[in-house]
Amino acid sequence: MPVQDFEQLFQQKIDAEDKIEPKDWMPEAYRKTNIRQISQHAHSEIVGMLPEGNWISRAPSLKRKAILIAKVQDEAGHGLYLYSAAETLGMSRDEMINDLHSGKAKYSSIFNYPSLTWADMGAIGWLVDGAAILNQVMLCRTSYGPYARAMVRICKEESFHQRQGFETLLVLSRGTDEQKAMCQDSINRWWWPSLMMFGPKDSESTNSDQSMKWKIKRKTNDELRQNFIDMIAEQIKVLGMTLPDEKLKWNEEKKHYDFGEINWDEFWAVVKGNGPCNKQRLAARRKAHEEGQWVREAAMAFAEKRKLKTKAA
Amino acid sequence: MNSQLINYTLHLADTTLILSQRNSEWCGHGPVLEQDIAITNISLDLLGQSRNFYQYAAQLIGDTDENKLAYLRKEREFKNLLLVEQANGDWGQTILRQYLFSQFQYLLFEQLQNGNDEQLAAIAAKSIKETAYHVRWSSEWVIRLGDGTEESRSRMINAVDELWRYTGEMFLPAEYETLVDVSLLEKKWLDKVKEIFNEATLTVPENTFMQSGGKEGRHTEQLGFILTELQYMQRTYPGAEW
Repeated sequence: MPVQDFEQLFQQKIDAEDKIEPKDWMPEAYRKTNIRQISQHAHSEIVGMLPEGNWISRAPSLKRKAILIAKVQDEAGHGLYLYSAAETLGMSRDEMINDLHSGKAKYSSIFNYPSLTWADMGAIGWLVDGAAILNQVMLCRTSYGPYARAMVRICKEESFHQRQGFETLLVLSRGTDEQKAMCQDSINRWWWPSLMMFGPKDSESTNSDQSMKWKIKRKTNDELRQNFIDMIAEQIKVLGMTLPDEKLKWNEEKKHYDFGEINWDEFWAVVKGNGPCNKQRLAARRKAHEEGQWVREAAMAFAEKRKLKTKAA
Repeated sequence: MNSQLINYTLHLADTTLILSQRNSEWCGHGPVLEQDIAITNISLDLLGQSRNFYQYAAQLIGDTDENKLAYLRKEREFKNLLLVEQANGDWGQTILRQYLFSQFQYLLFEQLQNGNDEQLAAIAAKSIKETAYHVRWSSEWVIRLGDGTEESRSRMINAVDELWRYTGEMFLPAEYETLVDVSLLEKKWLDKVKEIFNEATLTVPENTFMQSGGKEGRHTEQLGFILTELQYMQRTYPGAEW
């Protein structure tokens, strides 16, 4: 069959909402886009452990410590499923990790912002996980089977994290004046970066059209961002806090919230490596990997020895 | 009698909390993702155990709670074993610390679950399943690294050299430690450790001078720093709820 026919069949399958599975024929660009996106997603989970891991040792109560440890551990688990999903497309975890460390592969820019106070553990859960969920709920229906299935598991845990984050802030919002101020400050710092998580405006997004056609993505950046704003603008009322946007206002005609201009210069600066923590995050990942080298080597050498012993016996 | 039981329960709580705190430093920094998850999981188990012990201690003391006991006691009041406050070092040192402790904790919980104090017996019975896993996981790593590469073996030899001196304290009963005679556990512990070390091609040191004092609140210099971080929030915002 000529390639065009394969492509046609492939698109028909997608249009019919059939999942694409690892052994199915797929256009090279589809494979590449999925590898890029899934590995980027996996890296985000792993790098995302750092800003929160940062507060494990200082969590303010034993219960909060337990919740936070469990949460960060969940992120590691998500990273694991996602690396496995990406591996089904023919790239090894080692290669993906090398691409992360060399700077070739990206991860979500949000994790290049610092977690400065305990309230950030709440704001990250509520806003960052909240923004991620909108994207991930959509991805539960993405066309590549292993990715969609990984997302179903991940979504369940993420929505739990978001509720935990909100509840962390709720306690602060009802606490002492210092706690209330800590809560508001944290929301102020995380609000705009979480809006940037949805990526550039549709008019500037390079990957969008083809990804929509292949049903890798099913909603545009701007649609998802608007959903998020509409959701958070309501939820913040429960906290009795405010979002740092003077232009945020319900638009009765559109049935959506209007909002102010995102600082795209900041967005691109962080993407290009100049966020407050880009350097530290990558350095921490590289350090863990380099310092783990001897451990991984020893584990392999040992497994090899055991194999020989079993053979001999 | 009651103050003995309180001190003993706090000793069990402090030991598990401090080891949990140490292990959790690995979260996000482990040598490979699966093991990052494993050590974090152990940290979480130990934290759960410590909360059970603190909650019981709080009940015995009255008018306090798990957080006050964990976050508002000072260096000289903490009764954890010296072994568990030692720095993580490299992965070899961390897993050896875990193994030496878990092997002991398993034998301890075996006794404690049949002991005279109903509540401690219940906590031990519940926790021993976790501890059995900790022993298995950490002993496998001791073997793997001891018998892995030349580098891993030499790192394990260093780790043994670093940590062995803190093991004697586990079997030296404190005045309040009357529920289980820990001195009787030493031989069994040593036999087990020898078995694992043997498989790992490591040697059990002899005639090591043993450090002690943790159970009575005389610690190494490491504990002050651990508490500084652990207790930061509760000390900075007295009385706040989180």
